[in-house]
Amino acid sequence: MKMQSKLMVMFSVLIVAVMLLSACAPAATPAAPAAAAKVIRVAVVMPSATTDMAFSQSMYSALLSVQKEMGGETAMEIKYSENMFKVPDAAAALRDYATQGFDVVIAHGSQYGSSVEEIAKDFPKTTFAWGTDVNTFGQPNIYAYTAAAEEGGYVNGVLAAKLSQSKQIGVTGPVEVGDAKTYISGFVQGVASVDPGMKVNKTWTGSFSDVALMTEAAKTHIANGADILTGSSQSVVGSIGAAKDNGKVLWFGTQSDQATLAPTLVVASQVYDWTGMIKEIIASRTTGTLGGKTYILQLKNDGLKIAYNSGYSLPADVKAAGDKAIEDIKSGAVKVTP
Amino acid sequence: MMQIFTQTVMMGILISAIRLATPYLFAAIGEAFAQSSGVVNLGVDGIMLVGAFIAFYITLITGNVWLGVLGAAVSGLLMGLLMSFISVTLKAEQGISGIGLYMFGLGLSSLLFKVLVGTVQTVEGFQPIKLPILGDIPIIGEIFFQHSLPVYAAFLLVPLAWWFLDKTTWGLKIKAVGQNPAAADSLGVNVDQVRYFSVCVGAVLAGLAGASLSTALVNLFQENLTAGLGFIAVALVYFGGWRPLGILTGALLFSTVNAFQLWMQVLGVNIPSDVAIMLPYLLTIAALVAVTNRVRAPAALNKPFERGEN
Amino acid sequence: MPPESSVDATKQKRRASIDWSDVGFRAALPVLAMLAALLIGAVVLLLLKVNPFEAYAAIFNGVFGSMTGFTQSLVKATPLLLVGLGICIAFRASVINIGAEGQIVLGALGATAWALGFKTWPAWLLVPTTLLASFVSGAFWGFIPGVLKARFRVNEILSTVMMNAIALQLMNMLVRGPLIDQAGVAAGTYLAQSERLPQAAWLQRLIPQTLLTSGAILAVVLAFVVYLFLWRTTIGFRIRAVGLNPDASRYAGVNVALYQALSLTLAGGFAGLAGAVEVMGVHHRLLEGITSGYGFSGIVAALFGGLHPLGLIPAAWLFGSLLVGADKMQRAVQVPSALIDMLLGLVVLFVVGSAFISKRWAVRRSIANAKAASEEVKA
Repeated sequence: MKMQSKLMVMFSVLIVAVMLLSACAPAATPAAPAAAAKVIRVAVVMPSATTDMAFSQSMYSALLSVQKEMGGETAMEIKYSENMFKVPDAAAALRDYATQGFDVVIAHGSQYGSSVEEIAKDFPKTTFAWGTDVNTFGQPNIYAYTAAAEEGGYVNGVLAAKLSQSKQIGVTGPVEVGDAKTYISGFVQGVASVDPGMKVNKTWTGSFSDVALMTEAAKTHIANGADILTGSSQSVVGSIGAAKDNGKVLWFGTQSDQATLAPTLVVASQVYDWTGMIKEIIASRTTGTLGGKTYILQLKNDGLKIAYNSGYSLPADVKAAGDKAIEDIKSGAVKVTP
Repeated sequence: MMQIFTQTVMMGILISAIRLATPYLFAAIGEAFAQSSGVVNLGVDGIMLVGAFIAFYITLITGNVWLGVLGAAVSGLLMGLLMSFISVTLKAEQGISGIGLYMFGLGLSSLLFKVLVGTVQTVEGFQPIKLPILGDIPIIGEIFFQHSLPVYAAFLLVPLAWWFLDKTTWGLKIKAVGQNPAAADSLGVNVDQVRYFSVCVGAVLAGLAGASLSTALVNLFQENLTAGLGFIAVALVYFGGWRPLGILTGALLFSTVNAFQLWMQVLGVNIPSDVAIMLPYLLTIAALVAVTNRVRAPAALNKPFERGEN
Repeated sequence: MPPESSVDATKQKRRASIDWSDVGFRAALPVLAMLAALLIGAVVLLLLKVNPFEAYAAIFNGVFGSMTGFTQSLVKATPLLLVGLGICIAFRASVINIGAEGQIVLGALGATAWALGFKTWPAWLLVPTTLLASFVSGAFWGFIPGVLKARFRVNEILSTVMMNAIALQLMNMLVRGPLIDQAGVAAGTYLAQSERLPQAAWLQRLIPQTLLTSGAILAVVLAFVVYLFLWRTTIGFRIRAVGLNPDASRYAGVNVALYQALSLTLAGGFAGLAGAVEVMGVHHRLLEGITSGYGFSGIVAALFGGLHPLGLIPAAWLFGSLLVGADKMQRAVQVPSALIDMLLGLVVLFVVGSAFISKRWAVRRSIANAKAASEEVKA
């Protein structure tokens, strides 16, 4: 008994000590604005990792390149919260950043909508940007953004149809929603525009993150005779891995440039380029505009780009067909339905 | 519907099923060892994740897959020792400590991945090896004898485990401890030692299961790579009646249905993908109900042993 | 006075009063376990070249540094408390409920379907009926493995794991099919979420601009209800008896299988309520990821609370605070929140492993009590 009560006292003292020390330690101070030129402070909340080679990474790398263009960390500060797939956590993060005085707060996830709507009302001097969606809730300090993924899907489809020798194409999808659905819809239309009879087989793993299942789905497509694959979400690393194992299956990517994952097999990727939008949002602040506009990334406005992989030698006529598709979409000659 | 019954498809399904069964086999047979001696280890998924990461990371930086496998086995052993200490020596509630181990493994593997690697990338893992002669047999050869080493190892584990548990003294001791630890104790068997052994064997195999996932099946690592696979493996132990052959049946059933639903989707057979994905789980429950009266759990399962108490 | 009656009187007094030092010790154990884990975490942080004090200060700051942070900890504590209550009931009957994740989903589905189906109803009618619908759906998802266990002796660990996976797929199927938000379809975004719930089905916000709702009050009230249920009703007594000694209970005529199935059913119902609170109070719609892993962390919270409904109240809050603090830490010092997941796993292991200390303590206590009682007799 005596031993135990001594232990108790010891531990109780320890508890109190640690708590006091933690409370006394300097709390993370919000970065003070730079003395000379005013630093533009941007915060972004994302549902997956910044390194997901897909959705979140597209936004994060766009922010990084804008930062570089503007002159580095002294000109633009970036703070991020990743893996915020729980909406209340994201909401807490958004509110936190706004409270700390960030100029631009980006809610990079369609599920964050209602959070943005409420928080923006409390911080009228902060610019909020939210995607992928088209709704600005009629508030003057909210931007909405989305990507017309079906456009790049169409172009990829045209290229794929021209390159496929087995006339079988496999699509490894995660869940049939959002830009995964629209991208694949565009892809199918692109293939049909070249060869209406070509088979495009689709699988849906039911998860954005089950890589193993994605790999198996890809392998199944390949075993069934597909010589070209495409798909969406951060789990496509599995599909690309399966293509690499086979050695001859080609890949078309979306959301980010996925060429590094399989340098000789990735033909092209549709890249979401948010930089133009980010620059415009930042610039608008100087004129007093904090929101109220919807951005749609399209081929036309350079928000969507098709990144051909230099590591893969694309025959000239195929590239020409791809470029023509891009031009047709830009001019409106071809309309792709999401 | 008729497209299913072509040679390509049937073969494809079987090949996928065999490959997909690998991590389940490693993990479930390992868990069978632990459970045969009376310890439920629900932390298998966590051990798999750590093993998967270690194997992936070591392969990434050294280029040597075997070193990676060794690393996974060692990490499995360490986690097995932790679990043994908590549930055997400290006699803690096994179910919950297993969940704790799972959370620890999940957190540790994610943390290490984010800090040491960051980006998802692929590695050169185990490549499929065509067995000489056997691999050349038409059809059968392609289905069974053109897989990577971990796949062969997983299937070889089945007869090995059966032999060990049924035909060796150690196996007898393990089962005795699982059925009636008090009686075993009175006969001079060191109950704690046997349980330590079986839990650690199970954990090493779980680590290898993870390694097979990250260096043979998908050749990469991602946070929560296993996505609950370990828990399914634990379920397979019950399903298989704690016998390696039963576990093999269960694992193959599960993976075949998985492969089947993938092929159904590829062929455009009109079943909503969500229903298709549900199939393996529904089937497992149905099969469980069917076999339940014929299997008996180790009587001392999930009961810590204290001399003089039981 | 005859010796027996004085001993009886003392015995009665001892039974009536709560042994506070015992409670104190049992409450201290989880806290100590957490400290041990934090110490290990500090070592890991140092290896990551992060100042542990700054990191832990961020955790503290995350909860107590702002009104939002504090209310967030309560918001997170609510589903943890509800799930934990269910786990508590099941555990008292010696049934381990791993199926809370799936049960939360079913509860959320039930709430969504009901609220959207009866959109025009007034709040005073819609809210309680929606909550009831969620309880029933969650209970159904606990009932199935319960029946499988009772009738077919299917192990509940096995069946609940399967049910989790099935529930997830079921939700995916519904939330992007029949339940999908038509506004999203029209806009071409096809988001995997349901239509927004009618405002009459929303839980009342307690503090404006925060997510704290009456769901929190409901959870606390239910904690007391569960306590009374388990310790003051016959059914509750039987559930506990079945858990403590199934053989003796069977001998006494109690249908063990029935009460185990019942406990699983109830556990499912409470988890279902957690789903309802998330849908009706936090998100106002059903969306993917609605469970937020509460099905597993609820188990840990139940453990923290000593598997006692009243202990669960502070435990759920403590746990919720940790989760909120971890996010803040990730924001402040850019240390992945996976560190906290890892530490929580260690805490579970420590708490569960230290049970042998409390057993020894209990043994010593009873020896001391017996000694004191015999001394009373002598006096």
